[in-house]
Amino acid sequence: MTKNEIIEQVNELLANEFEVEVTDITPEANVKETLMLDSLSLVDMVALLQANYKITIPVNELHQIQSFDDLYNYIEQHMPA
Amino acid sequence: MNRVVITGMGIWSCLGVTLDEVRQSLYEGKSGIIKSQERVDAGFRSPFTANVPRPDLKPFIGRNQRQFMPEEAQYAYMATKDALEAARMDMDYIDSHEVGIIYGNDSVAEATMIALDKFRNLGSTAACGSGAIFQSMNSTVTMNLACLFHLKGINLTASAACASGSQSIGLGALLIRNGLQECVVCGGAQEANMYGVASFDGIQSFALRDDNDATKASRPFDRDRNGLVPGGGAATVILESYESAVRRGAPILAEIVGWGFSGNGDHISTPNVAGPARSLELCLKDAGVNPKEIGYVNAHATSTKIGDAREAQAIAQFFGECNVPVTSTKSQTGHEMWMAGASEIIYSMLMMKNGFIAGNVNFEYPDEETACINVLGETKEIAFDQFLSNSFGFGGTNSTLIVKNL
Repeated sequence: MTKNEIIEQVNELLANEFEVEVTDITPEANVKETLMLDSLSLVDMVALLQANYKITIPVNELHQIQSFDDLYNYIEQHMPA
Repeated sequence: MNRVVITGMGIWSCLGVTLDEVRQSLYEGKSGIIKSQERVDAGFRSPFTANVPRPDLKPFIGRNQRQFMPEEAQYAYMATKDALEAARMDMDYIDSHEVGIIYGNDSVAEATMIALDKFRNLGSTAACGSGAIFQSMNSTVTMNLACLFHLKGINLTASAACASGSQSIGLGALLIRNGLQECVVCGGAQEANMYGVASFDGIQSFALRDDNDATKASRPFDRDRNGLVPGGGAATVILESYESAVRRGAPILAEIVGWGFSGNGDHISTPNVAGPARSLELCLKDAGVNPKEIGYVNAHATSTKIGDAREAQAIAQFFGECNVPVTSTKSQTGHEMWMAGASEIIYSMLMMKNGFIAGNVNFEYPDEETACINVLGETKEIAFDQFLSNSFGFGGTNSTLIVKNL
């Protein structure tokens, strides 16, 4: 998948699951704030990404993902080939 | 001892989702029962089920709270929101007072199935979703409602099979009577999907019709009854001490004057007569009421051969001579199971407040064992000011309530 394809697909998955507008998701926006994630719904986001991209995000690495751009990069780097 | 009154009611039922709709449906003898091709295709023996609408909670609750709520909690939310509004009890009042909740629920089958299917198929526990554990517990209704409505009093689910809704009201009344709570949200909720009742259909307890007419399938007390029809939804009553209701300027609808209960100590699914009779007796004694003073009996009767027969005999023991009118609203709604004990209080209240008794739909002829009671087959305009309501469940759990008009 190209980076742009990842971005489009991720945005749609997250907007759908967390019931926000796709237009609210911008590269610099903060993931937790935009998706209104608490500790429980954070688990759901990780599970969604695991199911769709076959990646696991350990807790210490999850802390480093602040913006959507961080998230897209993480997925691109860790997706199995 | 405090007097216990009902100050609000709310319902989400196959007969309607507002009290007005339900009242109209009761009066007209409308049936909420349909034929489900989905169930037939899936392998059910009986095609009949109540048609319960699905609520949309998005306007009221955000995703992060909604994800903890299975179907039955959603029904209970809608019913409770309406009941609190009817009781003129707003969030400011609840935040500054201790309001409790005791609600009937005895299954979370579909929610559990969905969560564990995800786990087993994906081999991952996170895949269940963060809401899964909360949805999969019997106490999911009280868990969710207590959090959403900021309820800080008693917080408890009553599981007593088909007597759950009634037992929850009895327990709430008991706490208020004894001064341990001033106000308790009580009710019953029932998932209406097919997974909740698949194994119930499997023991061949559900109704069949040669003519496949869904509206004729539930026929309590009728000689041609051959099984029950599953239903669902939720019903809430707000119970309060009389003093608290007066102080608050709340609408005071009726009084819970008695609660009786018993166990059959017998077969797990077949009721006897002695157990239900004791529940009736204890209730009459608790209320200090003579059978002659009861204007209407809302029976448990689910349209099964044996269950209806045993209950008829128990009712006849106390009411046979006074010929009190008896009906089972399950003729219109099917068996609402964990919701029934609470919804049937609301159905009876609507009749009492509006001067009619809804006919026991599909009652054409009694059989030998049900002929001993006075079953009304047609809606009659009758004024009454006190009713008795029975709920009996698997395991031989019995609960009876007497409610008086105020």
